[in-house]
Amino acid sequence: MLSPLVQTPLFGITLTLVTYELASCVYRRWPLALLNPVIVTAACIILFLSLLDIPYAQYAAGGDILLFLLGPAVVALGLPLYQRRAEIISRLLPTLCAVSAGAVASIVSATGILLLFGSDTGLILSMAPKSVTTPIAIGISEKIGGIVPLTAAIVVVTGCFGGMVGPTFCRLLGIRDPFAMGLAMGTAAHGLGTGRMLEIDRFGGAMAGLSIGLNGVITAAIIPIFVALLP
Amino acid sequence: MLRGMAILLGLQLVGEVLTRWLEMPLPGSVVGMLLLLAGLRAGIFRVDWVKDAAELLLSNLSLLFVPAGVGVMVYADLIARHWLALSVAASLSTLIVLAVTGWSAQYLARKGGK
Repeated sequence: MLSPLVQTPLFGITLTLVTYELASCVYRRWPLALLNPVIVTAACIILFLSLLDIPYAQYAAGGDILLFLLGPAVVALGLPLYQRRAEIISRLLPTLCAVSAGAVASIVSATGILLLFGSDTGLILSMAPKSVTTPIAIGISEKIGGIVPLTAAIVVVTGCFGGMVGPTFCRLLGIRDPFAMGLAMGTAAHGLGTGRMLEIDRFGGAMAGLSIGLNGVITAAIIPIFVALLP
Repeated sequence: MLRGMAILLGLQLVGEVLTRWLEMPLPGSVVGMLLLLAGLRAGIFRVDWVKDAAELLLSNLSLLFVPAGVGVMVYADLIARHWLALSVAASLSTLIVLAVTGWSAQYLARKGGK
């Protein structure tokens, strides 16, 4: 009786919004990194779907509509960039250098660690674009011969982890300037790092948004060099 | 709100067309972001046209990633087989990127007299 209802977008969207709202209440009450609302919500929904034996595709009827809104949300990042343009232009060179350094560090460390584990090439290539935003990472993975669905999963996990521990880790390292923290969050954890950064500081969030695009372009450009160097 | 949403979606669409046409390795939304910046700078759009829609999307950005997070369940087998290597590489590498980017940005910004 209920199964036709589960296939409508109403199910996926409502389930996501209600769970997220509850998870946010919990997070406001106990603001622990482990209780990050995105992770708690995703974990609860996975559990719920598995227990009731509802396939992911039926949830996706609604989930895809929320995912679609990521597109205009990325466009909207142009507004905070415009509002803080004077500060950005005065720091253009440090921005480009820092994001480039982060892009190289990401590719080298991710592939290097997997090499130490003795992982096979398919896995390494899928991991290489891990810090880049989902749509760009998928394109890169496809181009260099990675496993595309695996790359998509790694990118989301990386973003969740970076968004969760990023601000605390940055403060531990003495990175407190919203400009530097924003670039670090956007370069390491793309949209999820940016979302977290926007909650902390508006300007930092705008810098994180800028570094999503920059990191994507830089990684796409330099990754073939590193792939050629792989044993 | 509606005008803002129309502008955001319209610019994403223009971005998608441009990236496909010029075969750029970028998502259309990132190009749309740059177009919005350019349009505001050139005075084609006014801030209050896009403000409400942009605020709504940006203040709830994290929520929009939840479905992608749920999507991980589809690849559970593949991830379970390589979970140790994948989780060590993803977490350690993320910390390294945070440190490298954050430190160099802070150092360079200070050196630049800011």
